[in-house]
Amino acid sequence: MVVNCEQVWQEISNYLDGDVNPNLRAAMDTHFQECKRCKAVLEGTRNVIDLYGDERMIDVPLGFEHRLERRLEETIHPSRRGFLGWMVAATAAVLAASIFEVAKSSVLNRGEPRSEHAQSGAGVPPNMMVVVSEEGKLFHASGCPFIHDKAHLRTVVAGEAIKEGYTPCVRCMKKYLQADLEQAVDDLAGPKAEHRST
Amino acid sequence: MGAPTSPNYQVDEAREELLIRCVQDGEHEAFYELIRPYQRRVYAAAFAITRNNADAEDIAQETMLKAFKKLRQFRAESRFSTWLIQIAVNEARMRNRRARARMVEPMVEEQDAEGNYVPRDFADWREIPSETLERKEVREKLAEALASLGDIYRDVFVLRDMQHMSIEETAKALGISTASVKTRLLRARLMLRDLLAPGLGGTWSTRLHLAKGTKPW
Repeated sequence: MVVNCEQVWQEISNYLDGDVNPNLRAAMDTHFQECKRCKAVLEGTRNVIDLYGDERMIDVPLGFEHRLERRLEETIHPSRRGFLGWMVAATAAVLAASIFEVAKSSVLNRGEPRSEHAQSGAGVPPNMMVVVSEEGKLFHASGCPFIHDKAHLRTVVAGEAIKEGYTPCVRCMKKYLQADLEQAVDDLAGPKAEHRST
Repeated sequence: MGAPTSPNYQVDEAREELLIRCVQDGEHEAFYELIRPYQRRVYAAAFAITRNNADAEDIAQETMLKAFKKLRQFRAESRFSTWLIQIAVNEARMRNRRARARMVEPMVEEQDAEGNYVPRDFADWREIPSETLERKEVREKLAEALASLGDIYRDVFVLRDMQHMSIEETAKALGISTASVKTRLLRARLMLRDLLAPGLGGTWSTRLHLAKGTKPW
């Protein structure tokens, strides 16, 4: 059996896949020994198959495996995420409740606040001079534009005003209220940090 | 006819079967181990078809999720890797069809070229060491050449020569006859050889741009 170049080209892919009958294979082998052009086509095609078949041809984007695993995790173990989310929410709730308790405990030695929306006055220096009005619920810094009933004002120290149930004005006493909140957070963080270090 | 053996893709089939059974029995952790050898290949199959990094990554993720959900339906009649790649190929082709449907131009189904393919270049190739692939520009050049093929040729070549699927598996995955697979594969291989032969002979370092219909080397 003898084959020409065109026949070889049409069978070269099958030849490389081992998918030609023995007679054709033998004829092609003979042809490759005699024909440099077909030999070049054969070697080139073999190179193509080898190079493209190598796993190094696969370039995946940076972080691909990690993102894939995370996506799978969301489906395969949704409860893990749910549990994690629940833990975060629960921790936040405990923290918020604790802040509230600390804030509440810091005003234990005061009179009942005159307003249910009252802010703790724990951050206000107790000897600071403030003004209150008989009908009002808040104590203010002198000159605060939010003072009501200006005709019946009296001046007292902040500690006294707190004992009488007055609470700080959230506008003019803002900086003390922020300090109050930060202190409450610090009080909470302190024992936690100690716990971590032990 | 079986797929050619490649040291890159040898997996312990007994272990793979065990992992599949574990996942099917509810040990979901085993799924990560099961798919690990194929993550990159699934991405590569999706990328070769869509030619878009973001799409390929999304398809790879979707493929693995579908495989997890449908693993109970997997029967050992086919290789797990083939089953996985087939899911990815279907997803990628579907995405391509949707993208084309959105285009204003009417979609024309690509047809097989008529007549036999005649090699255009007879440059004498020396054997190309696989270390050549360590060079990024070589990998890019190969990817560029592959992307320049028509879809019907590229899909067959990707499944057969890059994913190491058999002729029959490739035919099944693409829904075409084995005869069509062989015809398209021959043309794809020869076209790639024509595009790459002289460059792989050593002139890539000086002329790297591949323009349609011309050779950069």
